[in-house]
Amino acid sequence: MAVKSHNKAKHPGKLGYSFRRHLHERFIELLLFMSALLSVAIMLAIIAMLVKESYVFFQHVSLWEFLTDTQWTPLFDNAHYGIMPLVAGTLVSSMVALLVALPLGTIIAIYLSEFAPFTVREIAKPFLELLGGVPTVVYGYFALLFVTPLLQIIFPELPGFSLLSAGLVMGIMIIPYVSSMAEDAMRAVPMHLREGSYAMGATRFQTATRVVMPAAFSGIAAAYILGISRAIGETMVVAIAAGMQPNLTWNPMEPAATITAYIVQVSLGDLPHGSIGYQTIFAAGLTLLLMTLVFNIFGHLLRKRYREIY
Amino acid sequence: MKDINNLTEIRKIIGRHKRWDLMFMIAGIIALMIAVLTFIALFAQMLIDGMPRLTWLFFTSFPSRHPEMAGILSAWVGTTLVMLVTAASAVPLGIASGVYLEEYAPKNIFTEIIEINVTNLAGVPSIIYGLLALGLFVYQLGFGQSILAAGLALALLILPVVIVATREAIRSIPVAIREGAYALGATKWQTVSDHLLPYSAAGILTGVIIGLARAIGETAPIITIGALTFIAFLPPAPVTEEFPYVSFEWLSAPFTVMPIQMFNWVSRPEEAFQLNAAAAGLVLVVMTLAMNGLAIYLRYRMRKNIKW
Repeated sequence: MAVKSHNKAKHPGKLGYSFRRHLHERFIELLLFMSALLSVAIMLAIIAMLVKESYVFFQHVSLWEFLTDTQWTPLFDNAHYGIMPLVAGTLVSSMVALLVALPLGTIIAIYLSEFAPFTVREIAKPFLELLGGVPTVVYGYFALLFVTPLLQIIFPELPGFSLLSAGLVMGIMIIPYVSSMAEDAMRAVPMHLREGSYAMGATRFQTATRVVMPAAFSGIAAAYILGISRAIGETMVVAIAAGMQPNLTWNPMEPAATITAYIVQVSLGDLPHGSIGYQTIFAAGLTLLLMTLVFNIFGHLLRKRYREIY
Repeated sequence: MKDINNLTEIRKIIGRHKRWDLMFMIAGIIALMIAVLTFIALFAQMLIDGMPRLTWLFFTSFPSRHPEMAGILSAWVGTTLVMLVTAASAVPLGIASGVYLEEYAPKNIFTEIIEINVTNLAGVPSIIYGLLALGLFVYQLGFGQSILAAGLALALLILPVVIVATREAIRSIPVAIREGAYALGATKWQTVSDHLLPYSAAGILTGVIIGLARAIGETAPIITIGALTFIAFLPPAPVTEEFPYVSFEWLSAPFTVMPIQMFNWVSRPEEAFQLNAAAAGLVLVVMTLAMNGLAIYLRYRMRKNIKW
């Protein structure tokens, strides 16, 4: 089409200038710009929607009660609106997951980037990617029906739902995200740094931990932050394997609901639009978004502070 | 320190350091094995439980109160239709944004805001997209708890994936190609549509497949929208017998999808339903693995064949 408009140009002598052609170009640029702008619009819409519904919620419930009450029972007659039990559940399950994912993910990343022979890396990387592609609901099934019974052999007093088994499975689920991002960061460290280290007589392990890792620190931090946001926002594994009962506890052996599990529980029921129960899921969602945002900003600052440029 | 000249002393130090190397090597292999074994256990568990349920009838029956008669017909039809909506909206928008950011965007603070924003969107928990879709699509725009609302919610979710894939694919095309096109008098859009997009098609396709594979398995945002878990009918057919032969009524139909059907079965106490969950999970995993595998294969082919 664009070629046609060029042929029809009224000034064949002036090559390259045609008003219609120019218009056509500007129009397309505008279209492309609008779609790029959409991502900003989505972000604003998310914030606006959460704040709008939470605003109505906070007219019923004071912020003080929301933050300090130790019970979360918005659907009962004797309603309490304390977010603490849900936040505690989220933090405990995330903590268990990160205790699994961060060390294992880091070790796998170092191994693949600095130690593994070419063929091992070529096989392991796609495999890890496949592992990251398994739907989370399947991991939930696995946690409830495989890991929990397995853990009950070791800890006979473990209940059928627990933060521990949900957190463990979540941790394994997050490993691929952490390892692939950390590995990319380490592979991006220029070869001459390693060569310098080897020339000084350092072993592979010394080179990896004292030269490559510090140099790739900002990338590794980004991988950790991604892992943390995944753990906090993960929904299906905890909804299936950790139970749906809000429970203010720091003990991973107990069942407890997380923020995400609560949102799922309410959505499964039939809450009328505009009721206080409907608004609680937006207040819970806002809390969740703020939690991930805090970690992301922290990670961004960390990256800026320690970024190495080659 | 004074014995450093002593050869046996030096050998000892080297030996000790080499042992650390070996130990770490073993730790790395063990860590990899934990991931591999988990995957094998997961797959084996589902295979053992679910395989006997995977009959033709399982794919052609509606959900039922009787576990042995229940099937995933409405679920897989729902998943297919939701994916159609997702792909039709996320792919053009994602490619357009990617092209804009990579080829058109001026270097200013506004572009930087868009770029930071795309990165941040990728980190937003998926259930938050569900809340957005619930408030915006279901109630404010009045789409209801429909296939359209679910498809759009998942489209928002995978948009960053498509954008990033498009940008990376376009960025890897050498400047010489653009210069060649401009030298022959092509406009910017002609350069993009005739050269950059065709050359980056494989890379973009890889990203689209990975995004859709993620969308197929996403459960949380669709639960938030309020998908029903018990659907014993199919949405209206998209093709009709009378003129105009196509109907878009299915867009506003209530629906269920594979992961929700599986979640519903997992959370029931009867063991027979959990066997159904295993079978549904098996279908789901095979689907996502096949898609991810295809994407990995495409990337591998690309890396091998394209030498700029």
